[in-house]
Amino acid sequence: MVKFENVTKSFGTITALDRVSFKIEKGEFVFVIGPSGAGKSTLIKLILKEYLPTEGTIQVDEVNLNEIPKKKIAEYRQKIGVVFQDFKLLGDGTVFENVALALRVLGKKPDEIEKKVATILDLVGLKDRAPFFPSQLSGGELQRVCLARAVVAEPDIILADEPTGNLDLGTGREIVELLKKINSTGKTVIMATHNFEIVNLLSQRVIELDKGKVISDQKKGKYHLK
Amino acid sequence: MRRTPYQALAAILIMFLTFLISMVFVLTAGGFQIVLRYFETRPQVTAFLKDEATSSQVDAIKAKLAQTGKVKEVRYVSKEEALSIYREQNKNDPLLLEMVTANILPASLEVSTEGLTHLNEVAQILRDEQAVEEVIFQEDVVKTLDQWTKNIRRIGLGLMGFFGLVSILIILVIIGMKITLRKDEIEILQLLGASRWYIRVPFVLEGLFYGAVGAFLAWGIIYLLLLYLTSFILSFFQGISLLPVSPIFMLILLGTELIAGIVIGSLGSLLAVKRYLK
Repeated sequence: MVKFENVTKSFGTITALDRVSFKIEKGEFVFVIGPSGAGKSTLIKLILKEYLPTEGTIQVDEVNLNEIPKKKIAEYRQKIGVVFQDFKLLGDGTVFENVALALRVLGKKPDEIEKKVATILDLVGLKDRAPFFPSQLSGGELQRVCLARAVVAEPDIILADEPTGNLDLGTGREIVELLKKINSTGKTVIMATHNFEIVNLLSQRVIELDKGKVISDQKKGKYHLK
Repeated sequence: MRRTPYQALAAILIMFLTFLISMVFVLTAGGFQIVLRYFETRPQVTAFLKDEATSSQVDAIKAKLAQTGKVKEVRYVSKEEALSIYREQNKNDPLLLEMVTANILPASLEVSTEGLTHLNEVAQILRDEQAVEEVIFQEDVVKTLDQWTKNIRRIGLGLMGFFGLVSILIILVIIGMKITLRKDEIEILQLLGASRWYIRVPFVLEGLFYGAVGAFLAWGIIYLLLLYLTSFILSFFQGISLLPVSPIFMLILLGTELIAGIVIGSLGSLLAVKRYLK
């Protein structure tokens, strides 16, 4: 469960989020939508504890993020899988190594890593691409590697920050379908996007942001172009 | 993952130099210490006799010395015996043997005293004798050696400290550069939930590795050099058992250098990690 209570985040004179409140239950699939600069990425980064809120509280699974000490942040982040717009993959690691990294940081044994990575690469359709390097993959394939890395450690929450931002509509749709598939296993998925076509396709809960404020929160929402 | 060999080579080189200098000074100081102890345990005055000294004059000197009660042994070395000793010491250098006859070398009295404290008095007695040309007073040798040993230790410690500090700084810079080069990878690891030590340990181990390898290489080179120079050193310091250096001592030295190398390397990389990894 993720709960924002009157969360404000300012960077100097710029208010990225302004008294944002919402609650996301376990297992929900939520789109966080809005134009560029609406505060979507800031929201994702706050959940990931890359930033601390200027005001307000954020709770993840009953734990107040403000109260997590520095040395426990790594432990907290191990429960969250993240998919980035710019992929954030290791250029000189293979697909296998990139996905395995998420398990290596948890101290998993090599044979367990081997088994889990193979399973997840099969799930995202990249079994044959395991020995390839990121420079040898298409945008869609890169994002699927990122997705595989995000879910291989079986986290409770998946955060996706504009995962279809660098992809065409068809490929973006595939990625979102994968996220939906992952969500169907009980994982909470929070996806920040400005791609209205993708949002309107899936009919999931939509939290709409504009200039740092929540302007709507619809259970089966649609993205209305203004 | 790609590695940059030149930075590693630079780090190992500075560690190697640090420990090379350390070993040179440790072994030199140790060698001087052995030589010093050799002379300290053999308190001796040598009185070179004039050519015209008679056997009765020599006997009178011997009797006088015996009366002091401070003399352990008095040995007369004739000109012929002096020549034979000289030939033995320089048998590998024919140039030094040419033109040297017994007439050139003086006869001498080698006086061993009961202790270092008696050397002065015995030397003075000998100097007062008409038959004596020159007195070589061992205390001067001991004092000079003692001063040299102290100076070597001081300079050695100073240089070791200086190079140790330079090594730490160079490791800090090199590891800092590696951290900066890998900041994208580090960011990814942090976002994936890698613990601080998971991220830091490889860098600390790298510094440790540079220290250990540099120390080991320096030890190896010096040991080989020592083995190569053994015959030369032995001929130079005849009678003093400077070499061979005990293998146990060399192993202890290796152990000490490895520990020091690991400490210096780890310290440099820990400082880099603290400074550059936030």
